[in-house]
Amino acid sequence: MNGLTVNKYATTAIIWILLLSAPFWLPLLGGYTALAGRVLVFALAAMSFNMLLGFTGVMSFGHAAYFGLGAYGCGLFLKFVTASTPLAIIAGTLLGGVAGTLFGLLLVRRRGVYFAMVTIAFGQVCFYIAYKWDDFTGGYDGLRGFVRAPLDFGLFKIDITNNANAFYFFIVAIFGLAAAAQAFILRSPFGRTMLAIRENERRARFLGLPVERHIWLSFSISCFFTALAGSLYALLNNFADPLGLNYIMSGNIVMITVMGGMRSFWGPLVGAVLFVMLQDYVSSMTTNWMFFVGLTFVCVVLFFPRGLMGMLQKGART
Amino acid sequence: MLQVVMFNLTNGLIVGAFYVLMALWLSMIINLSNVVNFAHGNFLALGGYFAFTLTPYIGFWGALLVSPILTAVFGYVIEQLMIKHVYARNHIYSLLLTFGLGFILQDVCRYIWGPSPLPLGIPDILSTPLTPDLFFITWYRVFMVAVVIVAVSGLFAFLRFTRVGMRIRAGTLDLDTVSALGVNVAALRSYNFAVGSYLAGLAGVLAAGQIGLNPNMGDDLIMPSFIAIIVGGVGSLTGTLLGGLLIGVAAALTTVVLPSASEAVIYVIMAIVLLLRPRGLLGEEGMLS
Repeated sequence: MNGLTVNKYATTAIIWILLLSAPFWLPLLGGYTALAGRVLVFALAAMSFNMLLGFTGVMSFGHAAYFGLGAYGCGLFLKFVTASTPLAIIAGTLLGGVAGTLFGLLLVRRRGVYFAMVTIAFGQVCFYIAYKWDDFTGGYDGLRGFVRAPLDFGLFKIDITNNANAFYFFIVAIFGLAAAAQAFILRSPFGRTMLAIRENERRARFLGLPVERHIWLSFSISCFFTALAGSLYALLNNFADPLGLNYIMSGNIVMITVMGGMRSFWGPLVGAVLFVMLQDYVSSMTTNWMFFVGLTFVCVVLFFPRGLMGMLQKGART
Repeated sequence: MLQVVMFNLTNGLIVGAFYVLMALWLSMIINLSNVVNFAHGNFLALGGYFAFTLTPYIGFWGALLVSPILTAVFGYVIEQLMIKHVYARNHIYSLLLTFGLGFILQDVCRYIWGPSPLPLGIPDILSTPLTPDLFFITWYRVFMVAVVIVAVSGLFAFLRFTRVGMRIRAGTLDLDTVSALGVNVAALRSYNFAVGSYLAGLAGVLAAGQIGLNPNMGDDLIMPSFIAIIVGGVGSLTGTLLGGLLIGVAAALTTVVLPSASEAVIYVIMAIVLLLRPRGLLGEEGMLS
């Protein structure tokens, strides 16, 4: 047990050191800070999704909806209400989270393939609304005309608008808080119940656990976190994209999770690093990026279904 | 006004017929193999492009016969190469796999046939209108509906009266028992996939004759065919048939009243069905859950 615990702390420490020092070593490797921001945003979305897939055993293929709603909520708030970044993040998170909670009510009794299909369809509803509601959401062109506002702490201000590094650390801070909250939830009795449902739903039901309510809660929590990631995405780009709501985005979130390893807490972060690197590299090399991204999907599914972390853990855990 | 209604009604029936073809395939694979196929729109495009390449040599009628068969063969190969390896795994893998496959197929079509739209020539006799009054109903539209009716009846007869069809139906209900009775389930799933690919190829040729070809021509059909299945009820092919026609016609009739809501209405129908009858119109309780 001790070896495992030490391993765990070592992994976490290494991850944080790498994340906090990214602005210093990334340019040396030819990257830029916004790229690291994108990794973190996708990682947060995928980790939130993984609470559902990896730790509750329920498959949603429509998480782009909550990601995108978070982005739109954040952007619309900045544009039409007031220029406050923290409030906009809260607004985006609430929009996506509440929508997910409501959709979840209709979803919880479905399982397996059916659950996935209904989540896809709900995702497309949101995409469709953003796409059609031109004068409010910007339609096909996406929502523009807002910028992230500097953080105002009363005594001092942090300029995250123009200072890319400051904004990166802002994302790291929020990512850290969210990851800590997720770890806390997963360790709580509620989190253990989610695992029990994943391992054997019928047995969990026989133990008297309200399975439906737990899945609904888990779905809802996952949506709130995903929407938080979406809000950060809008801030990162100063733009909310209707394609961020599309099922292709949902597929990307699932892919990031599987590629990194869906049974591992940090798996999605690793997946996000791989995915963003791949996307950045392939789209700079060729216009046929779909072919290569699709090929990666197929190869990961056929040959590396456990993901990178899953392969690394192979020896360490059963 | 009557003409407008008629116009949209025929449109709706035709669009619904396409939803039905695509959704039936999806539904067959979900029922027997528990796989949601995300690439079905790309199989449709492939069927259309096969026809485009074949038409100069064997004409439209030849292409209509051969192209779906090629698509079925292609589907069989893909099933053998990729999809059969994920049957035993979590659904997430089959979704991801077909999702990636869709990306690949779309780019391959773009690479081979180019990104710009291409026309598929149809015989002159089919492009004339039925009567001058109903100028919007060309013979091609009648022909499409007729082909779809024949194909769907053929599919149902195949499932009802042939041995393989009977096994497919039995496998939908209880695959373990069918397997224990000595049926080769792996082969059954392959046939099932190939038969479904045939439908997609057929839909591709028909669609190409009406709207022409482009690499992502199938994308618009992905969501409606999912919704047709959800509305009709997972596990019931008759339900899928009904669901497809229902949302096709509903969307078209909404165009008469409120054009901007024509796509929204299919999602509204889905939400209503999920609220009032979560298993779908003809679905059975407990199916796939």
